[in-house]
Amino acid sequence: MTGFRNRGISRRTVLGTGLAAAGMLAMPSVLRAQDKSLKVGVYGGYFKDSFDKNIFPEFTKTTGIAVESVAEPTGEAWLVQLEQAAKAGQAPADLSMMSQTSTLKGQSTELWTPIDPAKIKNYDSLLPHFINKYPDGRVAGIGAVAWYITLVTNTDVYKEAPTSWEALWDPANADKLGLLALASNSFLLEVTATTFMGGTKALDTDEGLEKAFAKLAEVKPNVRLWYRDEAQFEQALKSGEIPMGQYYHDVTGLAAADGHPVRSTFPKEGGIQDSGNWALSRASTKVEEAHVFIDYMSQPAIQGLMSRKVGTAPTLKKEVLDLKPEEFAAVSSEIPPIIPRYDLYTTKADWINQKWTELIVS
Amino acid sequence: MRREPPRTLADYTPLAFPALMLIVFFVIPFSTMIAVSFFQRNPAGFYTPDFVFDNYARFLSLFFAKVLGFSLMLAVLVAVCCIAIAFPFTYLLTRQSRKMQTVWLVCLLSVLSLSEVIIGFAWQTLFSRTAGITNLLVAMGLMTEAKALTPGFGAVLTGMVYQALPYTILVLYPALVRLDPTLLEAARTLGASPVRAFLNVVLPALRNTIVATLIMVFVFALGSYLLPQMLGRPQHWTLSVLITDQAIYQSNMPFAAAMAVFLVLISLALVGLTLMLGRRENAG
Repeated sequence: MTGFRNRGISRRTVLGTGLAAAGMLAMPSVLRAQDKSLKVGVYGGYFKDSFDKNIFPEFTKTTGIAVESVAEPTGEAWLVQLEQAAKAGQAPADLSMMSQTSTLKGQSTELWTPIDPAKIKNYDSLLPHFINKYPDGRVAGIGAVAWYITLVTNTDVYKEAPTSWEALWDPANADKLGLLALASNSFLLEVTATTFMGGTKALDTDEGLEKAFAKLAEVKPNVRLWYRDEAQFEQALKSGEIPMGQYYHDVTGLAAADGHPVRSTFPKEGGIQDSGNWALSRASTKVEEAHVFIDYMSQPAIQGLMSRKVGTAPTLKKEVLDLKPEEFAAVSSEIPPIIPRYDLYTTKADWINQKWTELIVS
Repeated sequence: MRREPPRTLADYTPLAFPALMLIVFFVIPFSTMIAVSFFQRNPAGFYTPDFVFDNYARFLSLFFAKVLGFSLMLAVLVAVCCIAIAFPFTYLLTRQSRKMQTVWLVCLLSVLSLSEVIIGFAWQTLFSRTAGITNLLVAMGLMTEAKALTPGFGAVLTGMVYQALPYTILVLYPALVRLDPTLLEAARTLGASPVRAFLNVVLPALRNTIVATLIMVFVFALGSYLLPQMLGRPQHWTLSVLITDQAIYQSNMPFAAAMAVFLVLISLALVGLTLMLGRRENAG
């Protein structure tokens, strides 16, 4: 596992490798006739390969449902494809791994078949923010994978770990930060609101957003790199070229375990928790099979194993998991997370995007 | 060989294939893009077919004008730098032995096999504080302290010139190889120094080639979106970077399409203007 991380392949690759290991340990194998099937969309590349190799065969053995996996492009291209296909009554995949924003956007066109909570045994153990609901309360998506974005530092440059997101604003850190380049993937407005404005509720109003933007503008002189591609920042963080920034908790942990001088800190305001859902296309006729799949993936045993081997944060409450304290700390934290305001990126998407671009470009 | 003007429909058949390609790979995609640029954007979802000018209206602002201006300026600068480096280089290359030329051309072709991503990362490392070329200068005693040369305008320009240079040389090479050597001999016989002969005879003789190459590199550089964001600060992001953001990350296809249409129109206008000026000079 050492080589590919050094070459800076994306976090999904890293997740995929762990998942492959998790899958091998996961399930007892019971072979049954495969008269049922399900098409599942997962992110293309190594992630899909390892699902194909390890997770799906075990799932098929346990449930008798054959899985055909479909490589999903990243970004919202897949959402557009699902939407166009559904209009024609087609489903390129029955279930897909969708970002929270994409799930919300799909809601606006009734793209998702509601999930029946009664058919998910561990539904009540799911953390509330991993249940994505339509405005009228129907369930649009159930958490698939979750991860944290935290405050990361190079240990050679920063002997002491920072304790607060306020470190991003510290004038001593001029030209030293690497931050994600877009409002909708850096979630820095939420960080600003939580750190200085008492919580993300402050972003409810336009005045609140304006205030957050104004505060965020003060970070600009400290930023050396606004990155879109993860590998771009990871390499610079390891070498100390850009010694501080926001990055993925799990990947940073793996890099540290590999001997790189990096650390990930949960600031006292909380880490940013982002996640993806399983969502079912309305054009799909495999409603029953999809429920079986989501039920399978939401078991404490599977979630625990994914945390141990993959580094994803569990979608279930801590009590039902069998994770040891240090195993839990490696993927999550007791500090309440900053949950992104996904709703803003659908209702005020263009306005926020325009303000954001003008903020960092000019 | 005498060329007959085409008389029957069958005489036009050789045109069918290029025309088909042009339609499939240019007319259809570009028309689709123009159509989408007038669609109505729905921030909560996708877009609906419509005929609105909102997307163009949003683009017409000082902010985007500045970004467009920077993109054009950068592309022109890259084109000029490429020609300034590539023309003398290619000229000297054509005077080498056949074997030497082959070696050089193979090396240049191998540079073309590098992807933009690799070029970006390589320059990022070369310009870094921790592992970059300034460390060499410090070791040689020319600098007191290693410093980062990226991100910055110089880094963006260097990366883009590096990327476009092999194309420039490969486009200039055939014209320079075919250049009649007697032209130069005549100039030398009449008493011109090699430099003077190069400036007064070779350059003017190849003016059309140079203009064509300038345009090619300009258009090539205008589409670059990876290097500006890898090697530059946000103020060095080109319009192509913002188009990518809109299309990929914001899934705002109508606005991305409107920006792209605008970019294509502006560059077509510039290319047209260049060609027109060239023709007038040639005529006069």
